[in-house]
Amino acid sequence: MSRETILNAVIFGGLLAVPLWACIVDEPFTITLATKVAILALAGVGLNIALGLGGLVSLGHAAFFGLGGYAMGILASHAQSYTPLMESPLLIEGTKSMPIIWLMALITSALAALAIGALSLRTSGVYFIMITLAFGQMFYYLSISWPAYGGEDGLSIYVRNGFPGLNTLDPIQFFAICFALLALALWLNARLIRSPFGLALGAARQSPQRVETVGLSPFRLRLAAFVISGAITGLAGALFADLNRFVSPTMFSWQTSGEIMIFVILGGVGRLYGPVAGAALFITLEHVLGGLSEFWHIYLGLLLLLVVLFARGGLIGLIAGREVHHD
Amino acid sequence: MTLILFIEQVLNGLQFGIMLFLMAAGLTLVFGVMGLINLAHGSLYMVGAFAAAAVAGWTGSFVLGLAAALAAAAAAGALVELLVIRRLYDRDHLDQVLATFALILIFSEGTRYLFGSFPLYLDIPDALTGPVTLPGGIQYPAYRLAIIAIGLTIAAGLFWLISRTRLGIRIRAGEADREMIAALGVDISKLYTIVFALGAALAGLAGALVGAIQAVQVGMGEPVLILAFVVIVIGGIGSIKGALIGSLLVGLTETLGSIAMPALFRLFMDNSAAQATGSAIASMLIYVLMALVLVWRPQGLFGARV
Amino acid sequence: MTEAILATHNITKRFGAVTASDGVTMDLRPGEIHAVIGPNGAGKSTLIAQICGGLKPDAGQVEFLGQDVSTLTTRKRARMGLARTFQISALAMENTVLENAVLGALGARGGTLGLIRPVLRDKTLRDMALHALERAGLADHAKTRTSELSHGQRRQLEVAVALTLQPKAFVMDEPMAGMGSEGSARLTGFLDELRAEAPILLVEHDMDAVFALADRLSVLVYGKIIATGTVAEIRANPDVRIAYLGEDA
Repeated sequence: MSRETILNAVIFGGLLAVPLWACIVDEPFTITLATKVAILALAGVGLNIALGLGGLVSLGHAAFFGLGGYAMGILASHAQSYTPLMESPLLIEGTKSMPIIWLMALITSALAALAIGALSLRTSGVYFIMITLAFGQMFYYLSISWPAYGGEDGLSIYVRNGFPGLNTLDPIQFFAICFALLALALWLNARLIRSPFGLALGAARQSPQRVETVGLSPFRLRLAAFVISGAITGLAGALFADLNRFVSPTMFSWQTSGEIMIFVILGGVGRLYGPVAGAALFITLEHVLGGLSEFWHIYLGLLLLLVVLFARGGLIGLIAGREVHHD
Repeated sequence: MTLILFIEQVLNGLQFGIMLFLMAAGLTLVFGVMGLINLAHGSLYMVGAFAAAAVAGWTGSFVLGLAAALAAAAAAGALVELLVIRRLYDRDHLDQVLATFALILIFSEGTRYLFGSFPLYLDIPDALTGPVTLPGGIQYPAYRLAIIAIGLTIAAGLFWLISRTRLGIRIRAGEADREMIAALGVDISKLYTIVFALGAALAGLAGALVGAIQAVQVGMGEPVLILAFVVIVIGGIGSIKGALIGSLLVGLTETLGSIAMPALFRLFMDNSAAQATGSAIASMLIYVLMALVLVWRPQGLFGARV
Repeated sequence: MTEAILATHNITKRFGAVTASDGVTMDLRPGEIHAVIGPNGAGKSTLIAQICGGLKPDAGQVEFLGQDVSTLTTRKRARMGLARTFQISALAMENTVLENAVLGALGARGGTLGLIRPVLRDKTLRDMALHALERAGLADHAKTRTSELSHGQRRQLEVAVALTLQPKAFVMDEPMAGMGSEGSARLTGFLDELRAEAPILLVEHDMDAVFALADRLSVLVYGKIIATGTVAEIRANPDVRIAYLGEDA
């Protein structure tokens, strides 16, 4: 086993052990923090498929995170007010069922990623960064100026949505749901890396001409990666909204895009468990530094600057060595 | 929409566009010459606004405030270039994005630490308060007209700088071929610092000018930064002319759209629904404009390459 | 002329004042190696780019398998069976040698790419890739990371990836560049066998290899083909001696 494999097991086990311990000693707040880590890590896993595997520096993933959040908010708010979303041509009602909400979150964010990707992947480099950032901002302004779903104030959902057979109001059970989805996404990501698609996508990042001369289209590969990436981040958005029982335009803001990227970078780009390590580090810092100083973002900024300038492999790179492991 | 309202909105659009131009010009220069994407450009805009508000508050002089904005933003720009940015020229865009994102965090929280979370206000100088009557009897705020005039003057100055001066020749040479300009014996790292500080000063000036019509607060820079990105995508990267045309297009689309869209929807909806739908659509218009440019000319209206 | 697998008809490409291809007409026939030589800046790379689809000619046509492919993308031409190798190796350096060859096999197979099943467990693809590696003399390095290969081995891998495509024609951009004499002799032997499978358009600086391999030679100077013929004919051609061999020899 390589050091990275061992480290991955430690990270994964740690994220499971901490809330279980917190459950035993009855510290629900710690469980909530762990749930937050799992959800944000899921958002990061989504971004990492585009960024780490595809080399696509998307600064607009807040769009998908927010769409997932609003998919939850809109469906649940209609369910709690007993008003249908739409009556004609066909009746669509709200729902409080997580699986249906997740499905809607996946579909909406995948469609948005398809549209944004089809436009922004016509370009590359800095253009791609600026365009994804701009489209993210478009959703931010749209959510503010659309009054039907709370506008600037956002939407509150009074009771957490349900999952068949589980009590989602119990923190540890909700954590279990989020953790299971994270594990599923990590599994999918691991399979993806070794799949034909993953091989071609990784090659398109390293040498697009090569991919073209074997008859494959880098554009289509990247678009598919962007859609998968956006859908996973969208699912994380739906869970995040359920965690807070609240959605607001903040989910769409450029800071959110930046933070999702920070999870990936702090942990290590292109590392399977990078987003998990990064999200855990981020939440720990927020909790520890945030307790020490109101201005903890200064320290976060300095840390990020140091990582970028001097420790480009992120946390996992520091511990497991610079080389990304392949076999 | 009456004609007077329309002309007023066109002027507002111009004023907004000119401010965007001051931001976009610096960004596009820095990208064109150094190949760097700088997310912290919005922070320099904020630095200018805070410097102007603070100095004008202490001295009571708007002009001193403007001078302070230029000086503070240029100094902050030069400092950041020397400490951080120059380590990023050879890095990939991801590293540039992350490092300059980190700078945003540091600038924003640092400013909050120094000035607190409450907004500051910068008063319009006495000479420019109140409206001016334009030909045709249109009343328009004197200060906004002054912004348009200052911005156009600076745009003209920039074109002159780029096309006629030694510095401009070096900037253009640097855009074309970095090794060439170094081989010619130009001190390239000094040139980079100057270009970066110049871009920063323009952003700081924009922040100070806008500071008198909006609240001066932490986070004011980034929404403008993102609009400046839209401008650059539309205009084409590295092109000052593209930045000017793009800025005016975005400025006019934004201001006219927010009036025109609700009016359009009022034709087939009741008033409040039209207002709601119209303003939601209007908020997306400039991005739709950007999308159209991407479909038609992915390299931007005046861009050379993708 | 109908027997040609690949042909250009009068293709012209200008960059500003420079005419990089000036009415180039040439063809590649079954079973042959047709070498294109010329001094630096003669327009060889531009010619290859137009043949393979990276650049569109301003005028003239590129014909492949009897079809006008001038407006087709690189990707479509590759799918038709046009395989190229790059002067500066364009390989996925982080991946293994085998994975690079499997990528070629994936492209050759076509269809949609799977998301779940590991690509290396696909026996058909793996066999295609291993077979190509073996023929190119890289079988022992299948599990090596491409970035760890020597310069010469990377050129071999370039050819191996092209082989996995089971192409109808090869376009090779300086496959010998930077190789030692031993490696270059081995690759020469290999290309010699390969021509029976599919003809090779060979752009090469290594004159020993060119004279040993080429059935026909075309000499490109300032975007124009000044002579085409057998090695003996080209050696005897006075224009070529003045324009090219005179400077070089």
